[in-house]
Amino acid sequence: MSNVNEFKPKIVAFCCNWCSYAGADLAGTNRLSYPADVKIIRVPCSCRVNPMFILRAFQRGADGVILCGCHPGDCHYTTGNYYARRRMTLLFSMLDFLGIEKERTRVEWVSAAEGAKFAATMNDFVATVTALGENKRLEDLRCKE
Amino acid sequence: MQKIGVFVCWCGSNIAQTVDVQAVSDALAKEPGVVYSTNYQYMCSEAGQNLIKDAVKEYGLTGVVICSCSPRMHEATFRKAVASVGLNPYMLEVANIREQCSWIHKDKAVGTEKAIIMGRAAIAKVMLNTPLQAGESPVTKRALVIGGGIAGIQTALDIAEAGFDVDIVEKNPTIGGKMTQIDKTFPTLDCAACILTPKMVDCAQNEKIHIYSYSEVAEVKGFVGNFSVKINKKARYVDENKCTGCGECTTKCPMKNVPNEFNLGMDNRRAIYIPFAQAVPKVATIDPNYCNMLKNGKCGLCAKVCGAGAIDYKQKDQIVEEKYGAIVVATGYNPIKLDKFDEFGYSLSKDVISSLEFERLTNAAGPTSGTLLRPSDGKHPHTIVFVQCVGSRDTSGCGKPYCSKICCMYTAKHAMLTREKYPDTDVYVFYIDVRSPGKNYDEFYRRAVEQYGVHYIKGMVGKVAPRADGKILVQASDLLAGDQLHIEADLVVLAAAIEPDKTARPLATMLTASMDTNDFFTEAHAKLRPVESPTAGIFLSGACQGPKDIPDTVSQASAAAAKVIGLLVKDKLTTNPCTAQPNEMMCNGCSSCEKVCPYGAITYVDKEFRMPDRTTRVRRVASVNPAVCQGCGACTVACPSGAMDLKGFSNSQIMAEVDAICQM
Repeated sequence: MSNVNEFKPKIVAFCCNWCSYAGADLAGTNRLSYPADVKIIRVPCSCRVNPMFILRAFQRGADGVILCGCHPGDCHYTTGNYYARRRMTLLFSMLDFLGIEKERTRVEWVSAAEGAKFAATMNDFVATVTALGENKRLEDLRCKE
Repeated sequence: MQKIGVFVCWCGSNIAQTVDVQAVSDALAKEPGVVYSTNYQYMCSEAGQNLIKDAVKEYGLTGVVICSCSPRMHEATFRKAVASVGLNPYMLEVANIREQCSWIHKDKAVGTEKAIIMGRAAIAKVMLNTPLQAGESPVTKRALVIGGGIAGIQTALDIAEAGFDVDIVEKNPTIGGKMTQIDKTFPTLDCAACILTPKMVDCAQNEKIHIYSYSEVAEVKGFVGNFSVKINKKARYVDENKCTGCGECTTKCPMKNVPNEFNLGMDNRRAIYIPFAQAVPKVATIDPNYCNMLKNGKCGLCAKVCGAGAIDYKQKDQIVEEKYGAIVVATGYNPIKLDKFDEFGYSLSKDVISSLEFERLTNAAGPTSGTLLRPSDGKHPHTIVFVQCVGSRDTSGCGKPYCSKICCMYTAKHAMLTREKYPDTDVYVFYIDVRSPGKNYDEFYRRAVEQYGVHYIKGMVGKVAPRADGKILVQASDLLAGDQLHIEADLVVLAAAIEPDKTARPLATMLTASMDTNDFFTEAHAKLRPVESPTAGIFLSGACQGPKDIPDTVSQASAAAAKVIGLLVKDKLTTNPCTAQPNEMMCNGCSSCEKVCPYGAITYVDKEFRMPDRTTRVRRVASVNPAVCQGCGACTVACPSGAMDLKGFSNSQIMAEVDAICQM
């Protein structure tokens, strides 16, 4: 950590167990680096991700939230990622209204064989969020002592 | 009150090199609820597992967090370890500090900080874990093999040998696959038909094996042990049970100019045909694209000559539904189309051919009855040029980025056989590298060079240009000599890259089995689980998983069979206990969850509830069948009242992880 004042975003990545989490593992196996700001939460399927989880993350000070699932048509549970796609489209369309820039969220499809895509996606997302700066617009007032 | 134990693994130096494991275990020891925290060189070793077991007993741990490699690797190992000392195996969480931390970060301070946060998230989750009990589901003792090439045949024979029923679904009219088209096999040069056709006959005669030829898988439902599959038996317009395979119809049919796919279009067949003499099942098939009777109702000659009365022009596609415990994918490969490689002149000259076409030209059952003749003028070629790596190891986007693996060896075989049969022929092979690892493979290649005098030239072929006089001018560079070469060839043979069969991609979607970017099926673990798909109950056999020669294919086919047998001998399978569960007090019976469930696991029941005023009321509430639920969680998000939750990945658990990560 060269510069203590350098902005380091907090990024939560939801990854489905079958494709994207395995893709993240493959990125690791191939030693493809991406910033440590990304912390992964394993979920069985992208459709397990409740929009509330994403809002909660922003409330608690996350600067970016990314959801990764199997490619459309390749969902381990057949249709889960279609639900995820629709739910996130709805949520993302409301984010501006809630006070969060849309660029702080993203849905990406990463298969178990796409370690390189996983790393590239995370590098790109971290760069985008870093450029946006700290997420000041939504604060959970309940967290303020 | 939870008592959590934290175990940080060094993974030798894999984790310890970029994560300060001592700092991680010290930091996590201070987390609320943690009563014991330690680190050790190899947590997955017997000593490491004993360390965990002893701590569970000594400290009366109620939850365990392992900071180690991916849970996809060793979660099951650690769960078994804690279960052996009486802790519920689902009271354990793994923080993935290897694949998702130590291997991708070089700065030790950064890695350590991230590992601590990941550990905290796992602790936050495990604090909310509840003991879960795995259920049981029965196993249908029947296997399905998709693809009837040598891979599918070997797998089916091995499964049948163990006493289980097995069905083969083959899209072509006969089983046998690519191997039926091959003349001789390296490195022993035995005739492919002589070693393959007895196996095909074994399949047909084995009472445990049922062959669905000219059929395709139309739909797959269910899960490991309980698949339900719809098979589309395409109309062949011939009654399989009546046809004796005499072949009379195939000599009388007036439609003589149908390109014969068995000989890759180098000769013709009739509209009613049997692909080749040893076809299994030996039953004629009518090609509806060419049959006059089917197209415009005029002809009917085959029906007249058929002594068995097997011809049925009114036959329709038929859907058969079967239940299976396991599915083996053996969809194989195809050579790529060569029309994108115009520099090699494939579409410009009949005498520029693919290796598989060359194989047919040397096969006794081929279009030239095994005499090597130029397709254009039927003359004997005196100079033959073989071009290796056509579309293989090609990162330009035109071809395939991978090595097709089999081309070096079959080209050595072609060159050797040509020189043996026609010693007056000059044979040139242009290669980038000769890859010949494998038992007796390098010796085989060296024989082609040293004993048979094949000219091996390291270098790329730049252009293949057919000339008006029938010669083909090959321009190439000899990298070792630093020369430009111009060879006047009579025949040019292109070693085309191989790619997965086109049916593999839609099949993968039906099976929810994952594929790589080249459409090869992905294995569950590249080294340790090479014949299993990550999707439980789906197994991989042969070239559908990656380029393979026959010996490799047969080994993998038997390995897949062993895995299937291991599954089918079980009477019950333990099911994933991480299933959905509704809170009946909050459920209002709206049916939102039922609509999104891909498995039909949710039904509604009328249940009696006691009201505060001591009266009872009957309400409709959701009920999840845990044997059918696969735990995707779609219903949990669809539920408007938040009544549905997923065991093992509950709302509160995921929220706790989010909080822990954002807290920092």
